Amino acid sequence: MSSAQIEIQLIACLVAIACAIPGTFLVLRKMAMISDAISHSILPGLVIGFFITEDLNSPWLILLAAVTGVITVIMVEFIQKTGLVKEDTAIGLVFPALFSIGVILIAKNANDVHLDVDAVLLGELAFAPFDRLSVNGVDLGAKSIWIIGTIVVITLTLLITFFKELKVSTFDKQLAATLGFSPLVIHYGLMSIASVTTVGAFDAVGAILVVALMIAPAAMAYLLTNDLKKMLIIAILAGIASALIGYWVAHYLDASIAGSMTTVLGFLFLLVYLFAPSKGLISVLYRQKRQQVEVYLLTFMLHLQNHSEESERHINHLGEHINWGKMQSKTVVDLALKNNMIVIDNNIISLTEKGQGFTQKAIDYITTNSTVAIEEMKDDFFLFRG
Amino acid sequence: MEITEYFNLLFTDYTLQTITLGTAVLGALCGMLGSFAVLRKQSLLGDAISHAALPGIALAFLITGSKDSNTLLIGALISGLIGTFWIRGIVKKTHLKSDTALGLILSLFFGFGMLLLTFIQKMPNANQAGLDKYLFGQAATLVSSDVWTMCIIAGLSLLILLVFWKEFKLLLFDADYTKSLGFNVKFLDVLITFFIVISIVVGLQTVGVVLMSAMLLAPAAAARQWTNSLSVMVLLAAIFGAFSGVLGTAISASSNNLSTGPVIVLIAAVFVLFSFIFSPKRGLLFREIRYQSNRKDLELHKTLAFMYHIVKTHDNINHPHAIKILNNFHGFTRKSLQKLESRELITVTKTMWSLTEKGFSTAANLYNQQEENE
Repeated sequence: MSSAQIEIQLIACLVAIACAIPGTFLVLRKMAMISDAISHSILPGLVIGFFITEDLNSPWLILLAAVTGVITVIMVEFIQKTGLVKEDTAIGLVFPALFSIGVILIAKNANDVHLDVDAVLLGELAFAPFDRLSVNGVDLGAKSIWIIGTIVVITLTLLITFFKELKVSTFDKQLAATLGFSPLVIHYGLMSIASVTTVGAFDAVGAILVVALMIAPAAMAYLLTNDLKKMLIIAILAGIASALIGYWVAHYLDASIAGSMTTVLGFLFLLVYLFAPSKGLISVLYRQKRQQVEVYLLTFMLHLQNHSEESERHINHLGEHINWGKMQSKTVVDLALKNNMIVIDNNIISLTEKGQGFTQKAIDYITTNSTVAIEEMKDDFFLFRG
Repeated sequence: MEITEYFNLLFTDYTLQTITLGTAVLGALCGMLGSFAVLRKQSLLGDAISHAALPGIALAFLITGSKDSNTLLIGALISGLIGTFWIRGIVKKTHLKSDTALGLILSLFFGFGMLLLTFIQKMPNANQAGLDKYLFGQAATLVSSDVWTMCIIAGLSLLILLVFWKEFKLLLFDADYTKSLGFNVKFLDVLITFFIVISIVVGLQTVGVVLMSAMLLAPAAAARQWTNSLSVMVLLAAIFGAFSGVLGTAISASSNNLSTGPVIVLIAAVFVLFSFIFSPKRGLLFREIRYQSNRKDLELHKTLAFMYHIVKTHDNINHPHAIKILNNFHGFTRKSLQKLESRELITVTKTMWSLTEKGFSTAANLYNQQEENE
């Protein structure tokens, strides 16, 4: 590994960390699309900042562009407050307009601005190590490392200092307000951090891929845990993993690093989406199926209890009466048999004592709607599952 | 080129005619279907789909090797649809919220698309140039076959909208009721989403991935401010969309270095801004005016009510009273008295005032809103 390669990977990891932290809170606060809006609308800020500072890596440029990000949030909220359109429409109206202004500004001043819309949107991590920071002729490493490193340090410091406030205001706004934390300050603080991160990361990974790095690791972590601290750690780790794997994939394919980082994130998310324990697609589908069978079983047993006449309890009759398919009735009957809820005598099904007790409980629950009954039933259902 | 010159050229220049027609049809199509997207609270779906279409374009090129825009659009359509249904899958089956799902699909698909695009760019095949026009759109690359595609799709969606108008309208405003009436809600839902995706995909070449969502939203959001009727809104949105298309093309053609997409979006944004401020019923300006006049009315009513309470104690309601006795009531001024007089609620003679019959009955019913409205 050459030193440039190490630097690129370091930058990628730092960007992943810087994005994962505000990203987690954006996902939890249901404001993920705000990051998309910010990433687009910083463009005019960047262009104007560039006119003033004439240096793409100047801290002032970053601040100015970040202010545009916060202004976007304010504009979106203003439009939402007027109630003229739904809130997501407000986001969708503001950022394309600002982005268009940015594109036109660049196009109109193409000779003076060494800024490329493609570069802003897509970034090029491979070039990052060429822009060196040197003080008194001593090479201190790539500029991007310092910029993003500073952002990471600031974000982490703020996170640790205001962790409690952030946590409370994210999960219970009213409580936070009652306790005396201004939700407004925390809200705009978070927005500012998100803006600064987006701007700081744009020339490394590009504005749109910042969105991927903010949302995808947080979404993955959210599918894996319900604990905020664990969620932050998982998000950061997922970001770093995708940064490193993505770099090497890009290396072998000779393609965009940012693109391959996102693709790796996409695959990781797909895996988590499918296989996450208890919240992944497969376990959700499995659970839904099981609950369905449980409800069928209950219906079946209630039917048995309601009908003492043998003709109603004949095994062939049940299929017609409750309108079940063959497979379905077989599953339900087998399940009931296995749990000793019923006995089949000469094709006539009758409830056992256990089955009757169970059905009685179910009726109690349905008629009284008391939660005590359902708790006991849950244990019974648990028996079937085992 | 001046704008006037552009309009002169419009009647003679074939290319310009094609492009203008293309953007106009696109604007109308997007406005029409965008109304449904906005009302269904799927505004940002357009943004996600347009980004999600990118890998489809790149893959279609990688597989077929052709740059024919219809081939690429089919690729875009497929990957857009995959994106849309994945978003639904995430929202329905996990506890992730729709904003997270949208952002995820948007950025992950776009990143994958970028990976493919940079991969294609480094291939020895020289044919690959020009794929990046789908990023920001280039109306100038529209040829008549593209415009034909747009017209056909616009015609088709219009037909579908007319055929299923009643069902779509029901679905829009009361999905549960629609279901209970026995309509196939799932089919309708997929149908309208499918057409929204198509309209986004055909716009990619002109406006580009990044700005396409605004094409869908802005005309509809502007139209929403002027009416409460769905049919009028769809019609208005189509007109706004077509106008932004034509004006945007005109402005960008008449000056150097202006790409069409951003100009069209900005024109559409101006429509939105104008509608937000000046729409007579919902607009901010008239709302503020109404608010102010309501406040003034309230002040007058307070004065009137105060007078009423004095008058009530007398047998003769027209009995004059000194203005002085109003002094310990802070709401009144000379001006407000004049105003009340001009409404024939009171009569004022130098230092005395008295309620008229009309003033007495108005004051008596002041807090009885229903009666007043009737």
